[in-house]
Amino acid sequence: MSFDGSGFWRAAEPKPAYEVVVVGGGGHGLSTAYYLARNYGITDVAVLEKGWLGGGNMARNTTIIRSNYLWDESAAIYEHSLKLWEDLERELEFDIQFSQRGVLNLAHDLGDVRSSLRRVNANRLNAVDGEWLSPAEVANFCPIINISPDVRYPVLGATLQRRGGVARHDKVAWAYARAADRLGVDIVEHCEVRGFDVRQGHMTSVETSRGSIRATKVALAAAGHTSVLASMLGLRLPLQSHPLQALVSVLLEPVLNCIVMSNAVHVYVSQADKGELVMGAGIDAYNSYAQRGSFHVIEHQLAAAIQLFPIFRNAKLLRTWGGIVDVSPDASPILGTTPIDGLFLNCGWGTGGFKATPGSGHVYAETIANGKPGPLAQPFALERFETGALIDEHGAAAVAH
Amino acid sequence: MLLIPCPWCGPRDEIEFSYGGEAHIAYPAEPDELSDAQWADFLFMRHNPKGDFSERWYHSSGCRRWFNVIRSTVTHEIRAVYRVGEPPPEAGS
Repeated sequence: MSFDGSGFWRAAEPKPAYEVVVVGGGGHGLSTAYYLARNYGITDVAVLEKGWLGGGNMARNTTIIRSNYLWDESAAIYEHSLKLWEDLERELEFDIQFSQRGVLNLAHDLGDVRSSLRRVNANRLNAVDGEWLSPAEVANFCPIINISPDVRYPVLGATLQRRGGVARHDKVAWAYARAADRLGVDIVEHCEVRGFDVRQGHMTSVETSRGSIRATKVALAAAGHTSVLASMLGLRLPLQSHPLQALVSVLLEPVLNCIVMSNAVHVYVSQADKGELVMGAGIDAYNSYAQRGSFHVIEHQLAAAIQLFPIFRNAKLLRTWGGIVDVSPDASPILGTTPIDGLFLNCGWGTGGFKATPGSGHVYAETIANGKPGPLAQPFALERFETGALIDEHGAAAVAH
Repeated sequence: MLLIPCPWCGPRDEIEFSYGGEAHIAYPAEPDELSDAQWADFLFMRHNPKGDFSERWYHSSGCRRWFNVIRSTVTHEIRAVYRVGEPPPEAGS
């Protein structure tokens, strides 16, 4: 039996009122609650989770952590997050199996090479570590990659962020939950939000499956279900929810020493400490809330993976699953205030929210506490879709986050 | 994989199609008159329902024609298929 983390926090009964209600008990919601309590002394906080803690995308992602984004705004927020990751085990006093084993982003054609070199240069200017590796250097760093030029998607080089890595996702949720709980935050599982009460433009209360809860500050952290909550408030958002599938192989001997990502062939893979290969696919094209996708997406991904890693050819698939990701038009998150006073928004992390767990919660807590975003969050405001100041990260984010 | 009933070609596998997102978003009749907020609404804001959704599909490896589908985003069940220019039928149930 695997350990499910319960016992690290109280199973709180919802109180009639809180200073802040966070909707969503995944990584971002839990880290938000923790930083509200730790950084701002706001401990009268409830985290409402309709299912079980960390059971949504937090349990379904492929745990990749990196900060090698192209644009200044993204590099700033993801690097902020990575720096928090680097101190997180000490801060939360929890072994989250954070492992900076390096992330390779492969380039397969001349366009990839040019955009990768540009990204490495942009990263260095932003004090984010990044290197360009030739095919031979790729093979030296990760010997099992096939660098033959005679394949459909030859490896023409790769970017390497050595500080990139992975962490054990559910332990991250438990670590934040325990730390938030110790500071007085109520974590209320199996409590579904069914409506909101807004009076004269001000948030007043949240209607839940466990009764009405008064709160003048409500912070959404519901990932793929954000649009469902926003529609209860008549708030239109630029989000579409898609399935994102992942899979694991059976347990294998250690063969893969780093994280390898390829946007062009829609595959990203690492090997868990336990031994299974963890792979992610691209999103399914259609909108869905079903937490499952179409098999041809996995077939496509595995075909590419086997060409890149011939050694995987005989590996057996153990399990596939899907999560629901909220994708924004510019592949960047939406974080900040809304036209409703007291309603805060943190969504649109799409396929890559896990890496942002500490940074997202950190700047979201700042936004909630101060009633306005700080410098790191400000560029990610919803207003950018009106002003046109988009943060187009399709090149650095794309399907493979 | 979805089995999508193209209104011209009949039921075909999903891999023959491309997805076109939300249906019935008309180009603004008076584009010069739109405010930034109205442009944002047209360009970026989308319905994203958990339930029946009107969406466009393109039979890219078949007849290469666009059409509309009402599909549940919860069960993936296709409830109705109709041609461009036709009004959306009452979705099943």
